[in-house]
Amino acid sequence: MTAVQNPAPTFDNRQAFTEELLRLARQDSRIVAVCNDSVGSSNLGAFQKEFPDRLINVGIAEQDMVGVAAGLANGGFIPFVCAAGPFLTGRALEQIKADIAYSNFHVVLCAMSPGMAYGELGPTHHSIEDFAWINALDNMTILVPADEQQTREAVALAAGTPRPYYLRVGRFKVPAVTPQNVTFELGRAVVLREGQDVTLIGTGTTVSRALEAAELLAAQGYQARVLNMATIKPLDEAAVLSAARETGRIVTAEEATTAGGMGSMIAHLLAVNHPTPMRTLGVTGFAPTGSASYLLEHFHLTPQGMADAALELLR
Amino acid sequence: MTTPSIRRPVRPARLADLDAPQREDQSRALSRSVRLSVLEMIEHAGLGHIGGDYSVTDILATLFSSVLHVRPQEHNWPERDRFILSKGHAAAALYATLAHSGFFPVAALRTFMDPLSMLNGHPNRNKVLGIETNTGPLGHGLPVAVGSAVASALSPQPWRTYVVLGDGELQEGSNWEAIMTAAHRKLGSLTAIVDRNRLQQGARTEDTNSLEPLADKWRAFGWEVHEIDGHDHAALYEVLSMEPGERPRCVIAHTTKGKGVSFIEDRVEWHHKVPSAEQVEQARKELEA
Repeated sequence: MTAVQNPAPTFDNRQAFTEELLRLARQDSRIVAVCNDSVGSSNLGAFQKEFPDRLINVGIAEQDMVGVAAGLANGGFIPFVCAAGPFLTGRALEQIKADIAYSNFHVVLCAMSPGMAYGELGPTHHSIEDFAWINALDNMTILVPADEQQTREAVALAAGTPRPYYLRVGRFKVPAVTPQNVTFELGRAVVLREGQDVTLIGTGTTVSRALEAAELLAAQGYQARVLNMATIKPLDEAAVLSAARETGRIVTAEEATTAGGMGSMIAHLLAVNHPTPMRTLGVTGFAPTGSASYLLEHFHLTPQGMADAALELLR
Repeated sequence: MTTPSIRRPVRPARLADLDAPQREDQSRALSRSVRLSVLEMIEHAGLGHIGGDYSVTDILATLFSSVLHVRPQEHNWPERDRFILSKGHAAAALYATLAHSGFFPVAALRTFMDPLSMLNGHPNRNKVLGIETNTGPLGHGLPVAVGSAVASALSPQPWRTYVVLGDGELQEGSNWEAIMTAAHRKLGSLTAIVDRNRLQQGARTEDTNSLEPLADKWRAFGWEVHEIDGHDHAALYEVLSMEPGERPRCVIAHTTKGKGVSFIEDRVEWHHKVPSAEQVEQARKELEA
């Protein structure tokens, strides 16, 4: 089969993130940004210009950064902590556990450039363990918007519903996938395409690719359902179980390690409740050198890779 | 970026109407009650950190009797001073201080570390009134206190933030990140108190990973530093009630681990040893004397 041409324009979700954060900050003086020398990489330049007192840059000090956010939340503010995903989670994991999750503060931890967005910079700069680490922490909510529209809505939702969040803000350019009339609901997957033969579950970067994979499968006569799992935690168990019962086969795809990632969570849910043939696509080890785009191909996180995994289940 | 200007919180001393002898009596009475309650709590639970509880008791009693602007009946009062016990393993001393200050009934102290008790071995803000943030792992309290002080500077009704650190805890690097941030942002509303009892769990601090010259280190990082006897209530009140300055303030409170009980004082094995029934009686006699 041949790859489907995708002429749709693509967007860096950081732009939508910043625009929405600024819009909300103008309305609500409690919103502050906390960062680790990451004004540029977190696209906070405009925020800093408009609200210099409300941009707290602690420098290259992630443990301090997360603790400071907890203190700001204690003081009545709503901190958006903006830092490159690998350092936010890996360096400050105990602060996230004790100061944010266990203390149950309304803090939005924004993982910028998550997954393998930093491509050639290598595994030290990849944030692929985040789903596993953060999913293990009670009280946390994990949001993974798939496009600009979802990014805006996720930011507004996190600002307006007090609880601790981990929000992935993608850098890898993605096309719009969400119908305009579909709003972001916490803990609800979005069915982007109906189908009866197999379900493809994507999150973030992999959602548009799952839609393309469904086209490839349609060309072979198979109708694939496509779910956008925009909230990883709490998982939309009802949507997954319906998909398992109604399509009988599940393929998951995520820009994260398969050890404890979304695929593992779904496999656990199904193993207990409705054992279903599955394939879990994701990152299976420290990545070799390559661009983000190359690495997504390397780990089969492509329309063809997802279609091939589905065909293994269908044949 | 430039450092934002920080408004200095200025409020009258809480007990300005009390004269010094009355204030000290009140503070000492609270210390005595706390030490006796801690002894009962640890005896009851068969667990606890009595050495660190007793080194920090006079600091806690001074803060809660005379310094902090807090309202036990309105624990979420937005303008309250924030107090954070970074050395969360001294939870028993904090719980006893809060209970004897009216945050919750003293009778609840008898549930310390019981199954499903709100009084966990380390403080939980979601269960106990008067706790500002959950602590236990070391090196967490100061960054949170810095965030609280930044929040105060951004708020129309500012407050002061006090955090107590164990001395051994200063071996955690996260503290030094926060010490830099507080100095850079000139957080004058922040006071860090170091419970300098010179012992950590396994040995003396200076034999483990030495902290000295500790005052010079804080000064070099841009803090205003005071050194006092951490069991002298008058000295504690004087330094902790000083008006905020232009820089964050560090109070190195020289203390004795296990203060108040002769056979516990300054002995490394009493970090979390539990006294026998005979030792409890002996300790009670000394504390009541």
